[in-house]
Amino acid sequence: MLDVSVVVNNFRFLIVQGLLGLGGFTGGTLRLAIPAIVLGFALGIFVGLARLARSRWIAVPAMLYVEFFRGVPLVMVIFWIWFVIPQLLRMPIPEYGVALTAFVIFEAAYFGEIVRAGIQSVPRGQVEAATGLGLTRAKTMRYVVLPQAIRNMVPSLVTQMIVLFKDTSLASIIGYVDLTKAAQIVNNREIKPFELYLFIAVVYWLCTYSMSVVARRFERRPA
Amino acid sequence: MNYTFQWSVLWSGQSGGWLLQGLITTLELSALAWLLAALLGIVSGAMRTVPWRLLRTLATFYVEFFRNVPLLVWMFFWYFGVPPLLPEAVREWLFDHGAEFWAGMFALGVYHGARMSEVIRSGIQSIPRTQFEASVAMGLTTFQAYRLVIVPIALRLIVPPATSESLNLLKNSSVALTISVAELTFQTRQIETYTARAIEALTAGTLIYLVLCVGIATIMARVERRFAIPGLIARGG
Repeated sequence: MLDVSVVVNNFRFLIVQGLLGLGGFTGGTLRLAIPAIVLGFALGIFVGLARLARSRWIAVPAMLYVEFFRGVPLVMVIFWIWFVIPQLLRMPIPEYGVALTAFVIFEAAYFGEIVRAGIQSVPRGQVEAATGLGLTRAKTMRYVVLPQAIRNMVPSLVTQMIVLFKDTSLASIIGYVDLTKAAQIVNNREIKPFELYLFIAVVYWLCTYSMSVVARRFERRPA
Repeated sequence: MNYTFQWSVLWSGQSGGWLLQGLITTLELSALAWLLAALLGIVSGAMRTVPWRLLRTLATFYVEFFRNVPLLVWMFFWYFGVPPLLPEAVREWLFDHGAEFWAGMFALGVYHGARMSEVIRSGIQSIPRTQFEASVAMGLTTFQAYRLVIVPIALRLIVPPATSESLNLLKNSSVALTISVAELTFQTRQIETYTARAIEALTAGTLIYLVLCVGIATIMARVERRFAIPGLIARGG
């Protein structure tokens, strides 16, 4: 009943181009997900620190940024970038640029909340002790607070990375050829939706599940 | 930027009606999917904590498989992949009655059921084991202990995470536009297509989502205070 040949015949296209993104044209789930995770987290650190800033002129805009992006669907953000940025810059932007920009901006709000919660989870006494020892605020952050905060953040960070990895499938809406789009392309030719979508579901599952297994081992290791 | 705003496109012509229809479809889709997700979540979340291995394994398989695969893939799977396998009569009935809506509802409900399951499981596991032991000592069966003691307490404990999960469901209902369910994001795109006014259309859609999310979050904060069990939940302030 299950027609495996459609998967076998198109395996190279689905995995090498759709998942990994190796090949002539721009595409690939990993080629989008890895920079999106790195840049989104980097921007998220700034957002998280800004939310904890003493100055209200920094903290309030950061709070609004987070609340705004957590209140709208990612699909909406992708359409915003897709329609508005080309109009602002007066030139067409490739799908890859649109998708990456949308993911980084959107996920930074979520990463920012994780960073903020992680920093706040460090007991106040640690900061007071560090100040008592004569460390400056920057040094307290760098040597005392952040190392402990990052350890507390690991579980939610990994969860968010898995969410982002899954979210990259939405880039296919604007025509970026990731794993989902690759399966759609094959399906348009072969009309085997059950086999193809089940197959990519398993591929996505293998990726996200292995991420969570690695993370669990990482958590157990005493730091 | 040289862009003249023309907000009137939102209420002139058909746009207003489209937005309203989109909002109604989004709410219907989310409400039905939420019911399915809550049912699946409660059953599978409770199953993951019971002392029978087979039930635990079944529930774990459901949760781990469905929540670790993108919702978009599930949308395509339920809309394109499953109907050809159904009996002729069922398929015809479905395509006469908005198959994309039902497929979208099912995809959303089953996906979020798996995520809701995790919320409920952690709620159940945060209840001291002694509650369960006391119930059994009083003569309740395991099923009765879950139905009368464990699940009612757990449901109150999980109001905050369940709320944020429900809001995720509402926002994720926008993914249904990929299988052409005419929900809010779909209608926003339609207005953009007809009027070529991207910024106005997107602003309207975005604001509606924001109002919905902020509104539900505010209501649920009240519900949480109302149903809190004194002494069980430590509340700051």
